[in-house]
Amino acid sequence: MILMREVHMDLISEEKLENMTSMEKIRLILDKVKTGKIVVLESGLTPDEEVRLIEMTMTEIRVDEFSGIEIESYPSKKGGSFLDRIFGKGLKGRMTVIGPANQIHTIEKDEFQIRTKVSVGD
Amino acid sequence: MGFMSSFRENLGGWIRKIFKKKRARIGLYGPPNAGKTTLANRILKDWSTGDAIGTVSPIPHETRRAMRREGLVINANGSSIELDIVDTPGMATKIDFKEFMAFGLSETESKKRAKEATEGVIEAIKWLDDLDGVLLVMDSTEDPYTQVNVTVIGNMEARKLPLLIVANKMDLPNASPSRISAAFPQHSIVPISALEGSNIDDLYQAIATHFG
Repeated sequence: MILMREVHMDLISEEKLENMTSMEKIRLILDKVKTGKIVVLESGLTPDEEVRLIEMTMTEIRVDEFSGIEIESYPSKKGGSFLDRIFGKGLKGRMTVIGPANQIHTIEKDEFQIRTKVSVGD
Repeated sequence: MGFMSSFRENLGGWIRKIFKKKRARIGLYGPPNAGKTTLANRILKDWSTGDAIGTVSPIPHETRRAMRREGLVINANGSSIELDIVDTPGMATKIDFKEFMAFGLSETESKKRAKEATEGVIEAIKWLDDLDGVLLVMDSTEDPYTQVNVTVIGNMEARKLPLLIVANKMDLPNASPSRISAAFPQHSIVPISALEGSNIDDLYQAIATHFG
């Protein structure tokens, strides 16, 4: 008999992310990941938000409860108008996958593709 | 980021480019066990008379506090540059104490090391605000597309600060700096062995060019 186990995945749209502050995004991600969910962000995070997410993750690591996150995104892509680039808005976030470190494992990653394996279990 | 703060940050970047500094505070960043402390010790050995900056170990997160050395004068390319170097703890998105037990540490030691390692990652992140540039140290035998590498590079690009990638561990048979070049073609890469010192003069020349 094959036991079916569930993976809970939340795909968050660019529109929703655009209306959230950095802290709201980080709190949303960590709250979901700490309950075992996998989060996919359509437009990703800014480099500064990524580093703040890692920082906040470190403060929330607890022995036998939460060992951190696995986060996978592509390198930032330059984009936007000439004026955007002048005022430092030229780096666009890209699709990002975040999950509990003990559940999501990267198999392969390159400039165009992220292959991950999600373990379902205890 | 607000319009004015963004404008100020970019203006700062332009001013830095126009009035190149001859003294720069450079952070050594990278994932655990990439060879950051081995490289920092090598730089100190070559350009100062002081002690090593830290100890090295095969157990990850040996460096759990950032260490700074000031006033190292590096001569290369016919010019000299004065550096403050900051050896930072390895960046990671996860820290599990069981990983340290696999290296033979006791459970108590492993939990203590894990706690200190989380603090070290936070310290490394805080240092990003106080640097003029970064040497991103990568293990040439490993896949370069780690999130730590992507995040550090993204942050330096967003801050418009200079970054030099050090492809370390070239002494190992499966080292592949070309994988790193292919992953991050927009950045300069210097392949070296910090352990053996091979190609280290090329690194000093690149440091003088990038951060001088």
